[in-house]
Formats: sequence, structure tokens, C-alpha cells
Amino acid sequence: MSEKTVIIKIDGIEIKAKAGQTIMQAADEAGVYIPRLCYLKDLTPHGSCRVCTVKVNGRYQTACTEPAVDGMEVENKTQELEGLRRDIIDMLFVEGNHFCMFCEKSGNCDLQAEAYRLGICAPKFPYLFPDRDIDGTHPDIFIDRNRCILCGRCVNASRDVDGKTVFEFVGRGSEKKVAVNADAKLGDTNMALTDKAADVCPVGAIIKKRIGFAIPVGKRTYDQKPIGSEIESKS
Amino acid sequence: MSDSLQKKIQEICQSSNNDRARMMDIVQSVQKEFGCVSSEAMNLIAKATKSHHVEVESVVSFYSFLSKEQKGKTVIRLCNDTVDRMKGCQEVAKALSSELGVKFGETTSDGKITLEYTPCIGMCDQAPAALINDVVAPNLTAEKVKEIVKNLKKGVDPSKLSLGKGDGNNTDSLIGAAVRNNVLKVGDVIFADNDSGKGLENALALKPEEVIDMIKVAKLRGRGGAGFPTGLKWQFTRSARGEQKFVICNADEGEPGTFKDRVLLTEKFDLLFEGMTIAGYAIGASTGIIYVRGEYAYLLKFLKSKLKERYDQRLLGKNIKGKSGFNFDIRIQMGSGAYICGEESALISSCEGLRGDPKTRPPFPAQRGYLASPTSVNNVETICSVTRILEKGSDWFLSIGSTNSSGTKILSISGYCKRPGVYEYPFGISITDLLNDVGAEDAKAVLVGGPSGQFIGKNEFSRIICYNDLGTGGSIVIFGPKCDLLKAVDEYMEFFVEESCGYCTPCRAGNILLKKKLEEILEGNGESADLDYLQSLGEGIKKTSRCGLGQTSPNPILTTLKNFKPLYEALMKPQEKGMQPTFDIRAALGDAEKAQMRKSVLYKN
Repeated sequence: MSEKTVIIKIDGIEIKAKAGQTIMQAADEAGVYIPRLCYLKDLTPHGSCRVCTVKVNGRYQTACTEPAVDGMEVENKTQELEGLRRDIIDMLFVEGNHFCMFCEKSGNCDLQAEAYRLGICAPKFPYLFPDRDIDGTHPDIFIDRNRCILCGRCVNASRDVDGKTVFEFVGRGSEKKVAVNADAKLGDTNMALTDKAADVCPVGAIIKKRIGFAIPVGKRTYDQKPIGSEIESKS
Repeated sequence: MSDSLQKKIQEICQSSNNDRARMMDIVQSVQKEFGCVSSEAMNLIAKATKSHHVEVESVVSFYSFLSKEQKGKTVIRLCNDTVDRMKGCQEVAKALSSELGVKFGETTSDGKITLEYTPCIGMCDQAPAALINDVVAPNLTAEKVKEIVKNLKKGVDPSKLSLGKGDGNNTDSLIGAAVRNNVLKVGDVIFADNDSGKGLENALALKPEEVIDMIKVAKLRGRGGAGFPTGLKWQFTRSARGEQKFVICNADEGEPGTFKDRVLLTEKFDLLFEGMTIAGYAIGASTGIIYVRGEYAYLLKFLKSKLKERYDQRLLGKNIKGKSGFNFDIRIQMGSGAYICGEESALISSCEGLRGDPKTRPPFPAQRGYLASPTSVNNVETICSVTRILEKGSDWFLSIGSTNSSGTKILSISGYCKRPGVYEYPFGISITDLLNDVGAEDAKAVLVGGPSGQFIGKNEFSRIICYNDLGTGGSIVIFGPKCDLLKAVDEYMEFFVEESCGYCTPCRAGNILLKKKLEEILEGNGESADLDYLQSLGEGIKKTSRCGLGQTSPNPILTTLKNFKPLYEALMKPQEKGMQPTFDIRAALGDAEKAQMRKSVLYKN
């Protein structure tokens, strides 16, 4: 990849980007935080949650998939975009069943953390009460699809990093869900606790058994500092 | 595991060279053979194609015409599109259900016949219509349905049912469909007689770049709805890096109310094949794929035979028309019932044997499309226009139509009108003139471009169809003075909820939220703030969705809010005693009153 530098502006501030980088990558390196959920460094960007939607030269694009091009004007922290992001996060809350106070991922959950960061106290949309299933057949890993936000991280990690394709999406529309590579359950797959796919879930949908409360609530990642702080501390 | 299943599936996979990229063909054949793609079958397919069980399942579960669960040998799919509902599909549905003794979504107790609904099947000009396996049954009535079911129960093959008589090539023994073309206006470009072969001959006498220039000078723009300049798309594809390049024809017209491609595939296939060959020459592609929607499977044998004729005439294959080094092949890829596959990158995914998820852009298909190679995806009508431009010249094409919109536009017109059918107009026709032609002078509303387009009212009927004003892929649905427009809006939202691929949040969840709110309003439980909610949620979905589906799906609501707001306002109830209209105090008190065996003292009514 060329090391040529391009200059883009995010909210009026010039930042340098390497040619071939996405807006998200350039912003992260420059210490500018763009909220995100499905994006995870080192995985193929999925562009599905749409939380990182920014305005590029007046058009709405996702920062995780849009390449940085010299002279680009990017809007990130505007009232309009934050409103759109709040709505998307709201949709994810009402589309699943999320009970933050009892979820063992609480405090380590990206969805919860983004909601706090964007100032969501209660959902503005009505709950959709989906009927989703759980899968506890694997000795070490538990799937609770009530929490799943269909970010695709597990699908990509298992396929591209672990080389296993344990997960893939099935169904479409509101019926879309993460399925496992077996006739029925996760316990029938070759998933291992050490797989990258076991580590990447941003919410409490794929969790490792028996470690849930090893770190008590109040001392967890986002209990200390809001999500995005480590990126912003670079600037 | 049964040996016969194993043997048959191995055969099916082998006939597609065990190629995972041909997964669509494989699962379609398995579905046809066994009435489902069972988990066991998925394992066998995965093994043969070196993929995974869950990957096969992801494809099967995406498309409406494929299923993991066993379906009957015969599947009746009744179209319940808005136009079909206007034309009485409910009566037909009732008759089907009672004759078969099952509800929609169920299979008869003997396991032979499955009854389902399906959205628009491209027969709005002869609605209500159904698909019986691949066979089209148009202009249905409760009486006809009784006869059909009686025969099916007797074991008559769907292709042998007497369903009426078609016209044109529909009477060809390889089609034999009761479908009528209903071409009611013949324009200068597509339906006019053409000098077959002349376009390709002229193209081959030019350099590929010169062919592209001709398309550019003619200012041909995509007829699918987005209107991207065709010459520019070809130039991008030609100049993109990649050893192999592809031409894909998008024949997946799924927009409710459109059916023009059905007629073009039936009658103008030569114009299409010739245009694809010209495209192949111009961009340097040696393979063309026609992606035909699953609903038009009844045309497949016919189209294949016509392709074979072209091979025999050296119009396809190697060294076409004696032009040394110019090789071009065309294959047909059948879809399996997914509206999203009309979106060009989802269509490419589907051609690659994947679920029909749209792809991340950039890179655009012109850079990285089918199997990661530069690909030009063009609409059927666009490609047919190409042939004519090469035959008659750019200036001729430029002289037809209006400023910045050269050529003609084929419209599929249906709904409330005396003469539904296919009309080819030069660009620039007004809605008023169009309504006069089709016999719908007293229309209340016109849906231009299908539900992803816009509802317009009488005060806008002087507007014209062209890229600068009312751009459209060609679906025109007319609503009469007595129709319930908001009910239609609700039906269209149901369609988008069903057809969203579910990849991105706003489209997957947002459309459901829009529909729920609309339902509340239609039930009389709306308040004026709900209209702002619809507006802002709808705009948000458009802004943040990943592909054209979500970027247009709120349009039925947003354009009726804009042009027919009084219809919504008429549904608003005055608020009582500071309560929300959605709150039903009587229902809330019901249980308590029952237990206490007396009415509330405060709320007596």
C-alpha cells in the first residue's frame, strides 16, 4: 500500500491519513472518535450497524468503509448525526431484548457504552419483543441471541481469522440471525474457547462461560471511562 | 442418510461442476427435486462444493422460493400485491383456501399442495394472478380457482391446466403461458421494428472505445431507476484493471407494479442478446449473465433455446461474426424470489451463489463486481436501447425524448385504469396525457416508480416523466377516487419489511417501526405528534441505510405525508382528558372491573 499522505477535514479540523485508509482508521489514529458498533480493528469492516454514519462532502457514508480521499470534508460530531446515531442505537435496543442491569456483559458492552455516550436514558421507540433463542450446548461458550445486534464480528472472525466458519447469517429482514455450522447447535461445531470469534462480540450475545462476574460491575472497562476515551486520549 | 438422496445431490452438484459460485443453481435444483433443501441435503451440498453447512443454509434461508421445510409437490403462490388486492385477490384467496382446506402458509394434509402468498409477480396488468410452481395463472376468479384446484387434486400437472390463452411468443410451445403481452403503445426505440443484427454489425466495425463514445453521445442513461449514464459505466468497467470482465443484465424487475421486462424477455430477446454482445465487445468482456427473477422461470426454456439459436448462427461463442478474437458467452442465472436482488450489488452476490446481500461500496461493481472482476450491470431496457443506438446512430436517439432525457421510456401501467399494459413513450410525457391514454382520467393518485418512487396527487399531474422531473424505473400504479390510499401505503410498507435483507439496522428495524406507527394511526390511535415521528424516522432511515432499498423504503409514507397530508389528519382523534390516544382506559380497567364486579367510579363509559 502506498504511503502517500492525504489530508481530510473532520468537523473542520485537518487530519492526515495514509492513502488507502478508511475515514475511521484515519480518525482513530488522529485521536478523533467516531462512534461505532460493528467495526472492530483487524476485521473486515461490515458496515451494517450504521452507527459510524458521517457526512462526506454532504453525503451520508459509513466511516468504517469509506476510503479517505484527499480534500474530503467530513462531518462527525453534529447534532444531526448524533441524532441519527441515537436512533440507530435505540432501534437495536428495542429490536432485541436488552436488560443491561442483569446482563453479565454490563460495563463491557459496546452497545450500552455507546448509548451512555450519546446520552440515551430510555428508548424512544416501542419494544418489538422478538422471540429469539439461546444455545448453551457448548461446554465453554454460550449464545444468547436476545442480545445479538447482527454486527457480523463473530461471522468475520471465525471465517477470516480462525478459518472455521462456525457462524453465518441465515434468514433475512427481521428473521435474520446468526446460525452455527451444524444441523442444530453450537456444541456440534468445532468452536474453541481460544477462537477469535469467542472474543469479539460487542454485546452479551456470545459469552464465555464461568467468567461472567470475575470483574465486578463498577470496575469494568466502560465503568471507568466512556467508550472512545482511549482514542480521544491520543489527540 | 438415504443413498438416493446422496446420489441425486452429487449428480446435481456435479452438473454445476461442484462450483460453489453456482450455489443458486444447485439449491434450486435440489428444491425442485425434493420439495425442500433439508439439513441433510445441506451437508451433502457443502461437502460436494467444499463449503460449509451454514453457508448453504444462509443461501437457502434468504430466498422465498427455497425452503428447509418440506413443501408440496405443487406450490401455489397467490400474488397479494396492492394491484391484485384492487382486482379482488381476497376472493380468490378465500376460494383457494376453502377448496384446498388449508390456510396460507400451509400444505394440504396429503402433503401434495402448498398454499402461499407472494408479493408482486410481474402480472399486475392481468391481476389477480398466481404462480402454480413455475406456471403463471393470470386473471383469476373464485370460479377459475375451483376448477384449478379440482384438477390439481386429480393429479393434473400444472403445465397442463387450462388457464386461458396468451399472445405473441407466449403461445410458443416452450412457453405455453396464458400470459398476455398487453403492449398498448409502440414507441420508436424498443418496440418498433428493428433491423436485427445491424447494431452488432455496426459495433464490430468500430473500435470498442468508439462504441462507448456512441452511447455517450446518445446520452443513454440507465432505465432501472437510478439513471446513471450508461456510456460512463461502460468506460469505467473497460478501463478498470482486471483480466476478466463481465456484463450482467438485470432482469430482476421486482418493483411492485412493473412488468415491462417480462414483455421484453418474451418478445425482444434478440434486441437484448444483441445489446449484451455489443456491451461485451465495448467493455472487453467475454461473459454475459442475465439475472432473471425467479417469477419468470416460465420463460427459461424459451430463452435458452433462443440463446442456442444465436450460438448456431455464430452470434455468440468464439470469433463472433467472423471477428477474430471476439468471444462472448451468455448464461442465464435464475433468481429465487428476493426483491433486494434487483439492487445491482445484491444481484452480483446472488450470481456468485451467495445470499442476496448488497455489497459495501466503494469499490463499485465497475471496479470490483462479479467474482471480484470489473462488471457492468445494466437494465434490460437499457441494453435493448444500446442495440438500437448502434443500429440507427446517436443523433437519431438524441432526437427522441426531451432535454437531458433522450430516447423512450417503457412504462408498466396498472391499477385503476381501463387499459392496463405496457406503453412506450418518448421521455417528456405528462401524467395527465398518460392517464388519458390508459383510461383513468379521474384518478386520485399515481404512484410513479413503484413504492420506492413517489405518490403524487392531482395538482402534480402536469409533471412529466424524464430524468429531470419524474424519474422512474417504469412502474406506474394508478389509484381511483374511491381507493384507500393509506391502506395501500401500509401494504407497501409490509412489502419493504418483508423484503429488507436485514443487513443494516435502519432498514431492518426502522421499517418495522414505521409500519407499527402507521398501523396505530390507521386504527385511529394516532396523535398529531405521530406525523412528525413518521417524518423524522423515515428521513433517518433514508439517510443511514446501506443500499437503495432502505434509502427509498420510507417513500410511500413520506410522499403521502407530503402530498396527501389531510388523509392522515382526518384519522387523528381529539385527545381526551390529557390521555394519549393509544391508551385505552376501558381495556386497562377491564380486568379490575371484572374482579370487583362493578364499573369504575371515575370512568363510567
